[in-house]
Amino acid sequence: MIQFFLKRIIQSMITLVFLATVTFFLLRLAPGGPFDGEKVWPAEIQANIEAKYGLNRPVYVQFFSWANDAVHGDLRESFHYIGTPVSEIISDATKPSLQLGALALFISLFFGLILGVLSAWKRGTFWDFSSMFVAIAGITLPSYLVATLLVLLFSNYWRLLPPALWEEKSSMVLPVITLALRPLAIIARMTRTTLLEILHSDYIRTAYSKGLTDSKVLFKHALKNALIPIVTLLGPIAASLITGSYVVETVFQIPGLGQYFITSVVNRDYPLVMGMTLMFGMILIISNFLVDLAYVWIDPRMRLEDKK
Amino acid sequence: MANSKLFKNKRFMISIIILGILCILAVGAPIFAPFDYDAVSVGPNLSPPIKGFIMGTDVLGRDLYSRILYGARLSLAVGFCTAIFALVMGTATGAIAGYYGGKWDKILMSIVDIFYILPMLLLAILFTLLVGRGFFGIFLAIGATTWVTQARLVRALVMQARDLPYVEAGRAIGLSHLKIIFKHILPNLMGPMIVSLTFQIPNNILTESFLSFVGLGLQPPYSSWGTLASEGFRGIQSYPHLMLFPGLALFITMLAFHFLGDALRDVLDPKSSVGSSIGS
Repeated sequence: MIQFFLKRIIQSMITLVFLATVTFFLLRLAPGGPFDGEKVWPAEIQANIEAKYGLNRPVYVQFFSWANDAVHGDLRESFHYIGTPVSEIISDATKPSLQLGALALFISLFFGLILGVLSAWKRGTFWDFSSMFVAIAGITLPSYLVATLLVLLFSNYWRLLPPALWEEKSSMVLPVITLALRPLAIIARMTRTTLLEILHSDYIRTAYSKGLTDSKVLFKHALKNALIPIVTLLGPIAASLITGSYVVETVFQIPGLGQYFITSVVNRDYPLVMGMTLMFGMILIISNFLVDLAYVWIDPRMRLEDKK
Repeated sequence: MANSKLFKNKRFMISIIILGILCILAVGAPIFAPFDYDAVSVGPNLSPPIKGFIMGTDVLGRDLYSRILYGARLSLAVGFCTAIFALVMGTATGAIAGYYGGKWDKILMSIVDIFYILPMLLLAILFTLLVGRGFFGIFLAIGATTWVTQARLVRALVMQARDLPYVEAGRAIGLSHLKIIFKHILPNLMGPMIVSLTFQIPNNILTESFLSFVGLGLQPPYSSWGTLASEGFRGIQSYPHLMLFPGLALFITMLAFHFLGDALRDVLDPKSSVGSSIGS
């Protein structure tokens, strides 16, 4: 067990170092710098600015100096939001993003499971068709279209909910629905498929023949095993929530990680990009780790040591 | 046998017909489109759908229908090219790793694992920065992040096939390893590979449109569906048609690919659960 944790931590460190290195050098290879604007500075001023931020040194020296600071917990100050530490921007932006992601994950799991169970249990009925209609729409509708339709209906025509920002509770409804729809659809379809398979297996027939009620068979016997493939899906779902959050944050003007990430890259705000990269890398690594733990918890056959 | 089963499948036929029409429209865009995609002031500015401009016009008086037809070229091309890249690259890597095992497997799969954990959008952003926001940048970005899924799938399949009697027989009569892999194992895995390809294409089209939508993909005057939707999004309250039509085009395409994939999976690869469940 301890060995497993150690191995995972070492693996994660290597991945993070690799991620940081690749990002740092690719970013420098990209044309354009952080202080290029419409206005052309006199050469001395440009040189002064570059000297202040250490941009005149060779790139690998800059990298090691940045890495040294980062290891000591200093992510430096943003180039674009002058004087603001990167760590402050990240911690401010993390809150809405995590809220958005967690709410969407919860909603998609909850309703995805309900829809999936409903359509497997009432196979071939109206419930089945309408659940799978929602699921197919969720997978095939581009999220910006969903967002637009929701805003047009709920904000413009009916004036029920605010169209943007992340402030009072009512403003969270539309972004969360938009972000949750795709994972919800994926979960619903997966639940339906696995549950249908399980409901035809021998041990379910045994359970019925023992005289158990429908609901007991479904919830005590079938559903628990149906959860295993869904847990394996949580990895791709976490990734889809992170990717989806870029679009949702852009559409709804939410000051979260996704939005800062995109603008920081466009601005060539090197320290902020690096900080964001590390943050996203960590979120991904932690969520993968949690998925592995959930796997073991739900399926005792999986031994931690056996997993890579 | 699989063929006759496929042609009787309604979902398969409908989606094939829709995708076929779409491809013809896309390839023949210069013939079917009433105007050029970047021809300005061909009609009134910002007109909703009217006679002569069935999808309306945008802020520069460009015909939206023509722009969507030309956009189909870009969106479909991105989808197909990246999926084929992922197929070739992923199949080669996965087949070698799965067949030889041992050292090769370890090296190749650790590379795959690193690519797997890199956030897709980060790679996409970096690549588009590096080679510009054109077709090639998008292609590299999406290709680099999707081939690993294919590699993992093929590796698992090849590992299963490696010890089957027909492979052993090939080895026994002295065939070279490469011949066994490419002439015997891979043709047997065509089913699952085609299925994963049909799910990969729409995913890539969607990713391209996301990238273009947040401003990191193809830039105007190019008119991929994502670019068009992004342009339309700015005026969404007053001119919803500019966003709805590109979105609708994308939705129909996604739907057709989705049903195509489902139908193909039922026929070619009934045991598998790959596909629509895997998304980015």
